[in-house]
Amino acid sequence: MNKQLLLKINGELHSLTVDLNKTLLEVLREDLRLTGAKPGCDFGGCGACTVLIDGKPVYSCLVLAADCKGRDILTIEGLASNGHLHPVQEAFINHGAFQCGYCTSGMILSAKALLDENPRPTEEDVRKAIAGNICRCTGYVKIVEAVLAASRVEKGTK
Amino acid sequence: MRLPKFEYFAPKTIDEACSLLAQYKQQAKVVAGGTDLLVQMKSKEALPKCLINIRGITDQDYITHDGKEGLRIGAQATIRSIETSPLIRDKFGILAQAAGELGTVQVRNRGTIGGNLCNAAPSAEMAPPLIALGARVKIRTANGERVVPIEDFFTGPGQTVLKLGELVTEIQVPDLPPRSGGTYIKHSIRRAQDLAIVGVGVVISMDKDVLSDVRIALGAVAPTPIKAKKAAETLKGKKPEDDLLEKAGVIASQEASPIDDVRGSAEYRRKMIRVLVKRAIKQAIEQARTG
Repeated sequence: MNKQLLLKINGELHSLTVDLNKTLLEVLREDLRLTGAKPGCDFGGCGACTVLIDGKPVYSCLVLAADCKGRDILTIEGLASNGHLHPVQEAFINHGAFQCGYCTSGMILSAKALLDENPRPTEEDVRKAIAGNICRCTGYVKIVEAVLAASRVEKGTK
Repeated sequence: MRLPKFEYFAPKTIDEACSLLAQYKQQAKVVAGGTDLLVQMKSKEALPKCLINIRGITDQDYITHDGKEGLRIGAQATIRSIETSPLIRDKFGILAQAAGELGTVQVRNRGTIGGNLCNAAPSAEMAPPLIALGARVKIRTANGERVVPIEDFFTGPGQTVLKLGELVTEIQVPDLPPRSGGTYIKHSIRRAQDLAIVGVGVVISMDKDVLSDVRIALGAVAPTPIKAKKAAETLKGKKPEDDLLEKAGVIASQEASPIDDVRGSAEYRRKMIRVLVKRAIKQAIEQARTG
């Protein structure tokens, strides 16, 4: 069984016909070719599928696409604006905060959500905010460094 | 992994939802946040023929307080909203504390208090604090409403007193007297994304230097979250001396019926109940004195 859906993703409205049993992650990747969000564990344990719904980080592998009507969804593809990287993205590059990159989409979005709510986090705040995003490569040191560095950047854009 | 197929309903009112539940009976599952149910469906532990998404019922997401009922939390309030609520952090800190221990931020942004209780895991994070606070669960029935004390709500692992066609609508927490304190200790291997090996929720009230009221609740150490009544009785009306707290911990560990599992042995859990009950009472007393 499927359903006509109007989804707002990265500020754009998409009219889709989706199977009711598809998760948001599957619709993003398969129907919209937005492959930034990744399947890791597929049961809400690793964070590779993290996207923001109405500004809040969620596991898109545990969200039914059909349940996203009227929500504002932000994926990693929608983070840069007008060709300018978000300060968190810049900081990840400058501080070497990714290796294989698989966790990175989700990690950056969790970090962005933190800074939107708490612009001057402590290291403890950062670690708690990314506790739902597992990284097998970096050991988190550079990730935490990058997020703290991003928090110190003067913010001109969102 | 593709979810199995299901029929899908998104009722806009609670009457619609209850009617659908009564119609589909055991073949239907309610979905709100989905952070437990979708995991169970992916592992084929749950294979509902139909899903009833209640998020369209928009008047169940609230955290309010009134002089009569005390704290009132709508069943669809997210765990995150409970974690960050200034009202709860100020007056019922133990709840915010427990909420912050549940899963991760991503889970807490979707998971609801109603869902956590209705999923009824023995380790349900919100259960020990609510039991220690003497909370009540308001349930919408076919004919009206009923209210059940939270300590009577759970009947087994994954089982509650809910009958077919019933929905939890609200959780009520009575106000605490002055000089009260409460704390929740989650003993787990990881700092996030983990189930408790032992969960301890304690709420106390002081009258001068005596414990006028004590409530101790334990999670993950019995088929359901439980109240350690005998341990609490040992302390009520007494001064919180060290050897008495030690005794209460021992009694609490005997009231529990833990099992061996991947997170710990029954013996380890009993030992940790002793340690953590004592620790939680001390923390709660400290809070009552300074708060």
